[in-house]
Amino acid sequence: MRFSIYRYDPESGAKPHMQDYEIEFDPSGKKVLDALIAIKEQLDESLAFRRSCREGVCGSDGLNINGVNRLACVTALEGLKEPICIRPLPRLAVIRDLIVDMGQFFQHYRAVKPYLVNLEPEPENERLQAPEERAELDGLYECILCGCCTTACPSFWWNPDKFLGPAALLQAYRFIADSRDQATDERLDYLEDPYRLFRCHGIMSCVEVCPKGLNPTAAIGRIKALLVKRAL
Amino acid sequence: MSAQGGITAALGNVSEDDWHWHMYDTVKGSDYLGDQDAIEFMCRNAPSAVYELEHMGLPFSRLDNGKIYQRPFGGQSQNFGGEQAVRTCAAADRTGHALLHTLYQRNIAARTQFFDEFYALDLIRDQDGYVLGVSAMEIETGRPWLFESRVTLLATGGGARIFRHSTNAHINSGDGLGMALRAGLPLEDMEFWQFHPTGIPEIGSLITEGVRGEGGYLLNKDNERFMPRYAPHAQDLASRDVVSRAIAQEILAGRGCGPHGDFVYLKVDHIGADTIKERLPGIRELSMQFAGVDPCEAPIPVTPTAHYMMGGIPTNLHGQVVAPERYGPEEGVPGLYAVGECACVSVHGANRLGGNSLLDLVVFGRAAGNHAIEYLRDNPIPRKLPADASDLAAGRLARWDRPTGGERVPALRAEMQRILQEHCGVYRREDLLKAGIEKLNGVEARLADAVIDDHSQVFNTARLEALELENLLPIARATLVSALARTESRGAHSREDYPDRDDDHWLRHTLYSLANDQLDYKPVRLKPLTVETFQPKARTY
Repeated sequence: MRFSIYRYDPESGAKPHMQDYEIEFDPSGKKVLDALIAIKEQLDESLAFRRSCREGVCGSDGLNINGVNRLACVTALEGLKEPICIRPLPRLAVIRDLIVDMGQFFQHYRAVKPYLVNLEPEPENERLQAPEERAELDGLYECILCGCCTTACPSFWWNPDKFLGPAALLQAYRFIADSRDQATDERLDYLEDPYRLFRCHGIMSCVEVCPKGLNPTAAIGRIKALLVKRAL
Repeated sequence: MSAQGGITAALGNVSEDDWHWHMYDTVKGSDYLGDQDAIEFMCRNAPSAVYELEHMGLPFSRLDNGKIYQRPFGGQSQNFGGEQAVRTCAAADRTGHALLHTLYQRNIAARTQFFDEFYALDLIRDQDGYVLGVSAMEIETGRPWLFESRVTLLATGGGARIFRHSTNAHINSGDGLGMALRAGLPLEDMEFWQFHPTGIPEIGSLITEGVRGEGGYLLNKDNERFMPRYAPHAQDLASRDVVSRAIAQEILAGRGCGPHGDFVYLKVDHIGADTIKERLPGIRELSMQFAGVDPCEAPIPVTPTAHYMMGGIPTNLHGQVVAPERYGPEEGVPGLYAVGECACVSVHGANRLGGNSLLDLVVFGRAAGNHAIEYLRDNPIPRKLPADASDLAAGRLARWDRPTGGERVPALRAEMQRILQEHCGVYRREDLLKAGIEKLNGVEARLADAVIDDHSQVFNTARLEALELENLLPIARATLVSALARTESRGAHSREDYPDRDDDHWLRHTLYSLANDQLDYKPVRLKPLTVETFQPKARTY
C-alpha cells in the first residue's frame, strides 16, 4: 500500500514535507492506525503519532486522512484512495509529524465550565432524572474530545482564539440540557457573544466529520434558540 | 476508560438488594482469595460512591421512576447465592467513558493542575523508605523533571499488554508496577489475570458482559447454547473465569466457529434492535467497526482475551502501599499510594466480578485521598531529596541515547507477548511455564542490546515505547514466576497439572520481588471488619 505522510521535526532543521511510504500490507479488516503502526515498526520508527485505545474511545488519534478529519483507529483502509494522504488535524500548531498542540482546544473546553453546577444540598441518594430528561443528554455526553470537528470548522480556522468551536459548544449544551444543572443563565450569559457562539454559521463540517456521529450544529442551534427565547 | 458495562453497587433500584449479598458474591467470585476486610469496605461504601458520582453529574441511564438504571451482571446473586441480582449501574454501555469525563470535569471545576503528556520514570525514595516524588520526562520536549512531593499516588492502570491478545489500550504498559519493582517494592498475586470471555478475535476489543446481562448468550458451531452444561444455574452469567474456561473447552473440543474453529458466537439479536440501540449502542458500533457484524442482525464472534490484572502493588484499606519491610510482613510505605488496576488491595482475589473494577477505583481512590490529607497534616515538613534522586531515571534515559545498530524494541515486545500468550494463557502447566521463563530470559538478555534510531528530543514515541517495554518485561516475569509457584487452580489461574483449589497451602497471596525473582507470601485476610467470615467452600455457578 502507498502512503503520503506529513513529516516535521523541529529539531531536524528540515521544513515540513510529505514523505512517501510503500509497505506490504493486507488492508482487509484493518484500520489506518494498523498501517501507521506497521510503518513505524517496519520502515521508520521516527514517525510520531498519538494513539491509545485503538477503538474510538480515547480520542487521541484524530488525523486528516485523505482530506477528511477522522480517527485513524476506526477508519477502514479498504475504500481509501491511494496514496493515502495523512496529515495532522488542520489549523493547530504541529509539535511533530502528526502530533498537534491541543492546548487551545482544551482551553475552549474549560471555558464553557464543563461540569455540573447544582448548589442545592446533595440528597442522601441519587438526584432523580426522568428517562426523557436523561435522553436529552444522548448525542452530547458521548463526545471523546478528539478535535476532529473543531479543526474541520472554517469559523474556527478564521478565529481560533475567539470562537469556541463545535466541540466546546456541544459540551456547553450538554450541561444546559441536563435537568440537574442550575447554571443555565450563567452559561447563556457567557455564550451570548459575537464570537464565542455566534461565529457558527451552520456550515456543518463538524457534523460531517464527527467519528461518534454527534451533531454539534444542532446543539449550537438549540443554544441560539434559548438565547432568543430568553431575549423575548 | 473503555469500561462499558457499569459500576456495581447494591442500590436495590431494580431488585431487592443488600451490600452483604454483594460482599458474598465478591468473596465467592474471588475464589476466596480476596481479603474480606477490603471487600466489606468496598461493598459497604459502594452505594455512597455511586451517589457521589451521580451528584458530580455522571449521566447514568435511568429507570422510569428516575432512579439510576441497573443491569444484571455475572456472578451476582440475591440472598447469598440465590436468584440473579440486578446490581450494575450503567450509563448505556459507556460507563467508563462517562465516569472518566465526569471526574475530569470535576478536576476542571477544582482547578487541578495537570501535567499532561509527562511520562513518569521512577519513584524517588530516601534511605528511610519515604517516597518523595517521581522523576519524569516531559514528552513534548524530552526534558527530564523531578517532581518533589510529600505524597505520591499511582493510578497507572494495568499491564495486559504483556499478552498478544488483550482488550487493553496501547498505553496499558503497567508503568506504575515497573516503578514499584525498581524501587524495591513487591507485586502481589501477579499470576491472576482475567481473560474476558468476550473479546473480538485478533482485534481484542471488548464486548461487555452487559450484552449477556441484557439477555445475550453464547453459541458453539453446532448452534448449541453451551453454558448451561458448565454453569447450570447462572449459565451465561457465570463468573468470567468460568465462562472463559467453558469457551476454551468448546474450542479445544472442536466446537469452535469459523474456518479455524477458534471462536464462539455471542447472540443478542433476539432482544430486539431497539433495546440494542438504547442499551448497547457502543457495542453495536464496535461490533460493526471491528467484527463487521451488526448485532441487531447476526451474532458477534468472541473469544477469551486478556483483560484485567487482579494483582498489583499491594495496598491497604487506605490505598497506602504496603510492603514486607523491616518490622514485619506488612508495613505502610510512607508517602506512597496506589489505586485502581495497578493496586492490589485485594478485593478481586483470584477473579474479579464485572462492574467491580470501576467500584474499586472510586472507593479506594476516595479512601486514599482522605488518608493522604491526614498524612500531609502529620508530615508538614518536606524531607530532603536524596543526592541520587535522579540517577535511576537519568540512567534509563541515557541508555536509549546509545548509537544505533542492534535489536528493535517492537520485535522484542511482540516476542514477549507471544510467550505470555502461549505459555501463560487461560490454562497453565509446569513445563509450559518453565519454558516460558527460559524464553523470557532470552528476551531480557536481548533487551540489553536493543536500540532505537530516533534520538530526537521532541515527542519521541519510539523512546517512550522502549521505556514502556522496560516496565512490561518485569511484569511478564512476575506473572510467569508467580504462576509457576502456585501449584493449584483458583479463579483465573487454572493449572492443568493442579486442577483443584488447595486451601490448605494456598489460601495466601504471593509477593514477587525483582531481586532474584524472590517470592514471599502473606495470608488472606479472612476476617471482615464487622460481619462474619465467609468460609471458603466449593465454588459453583
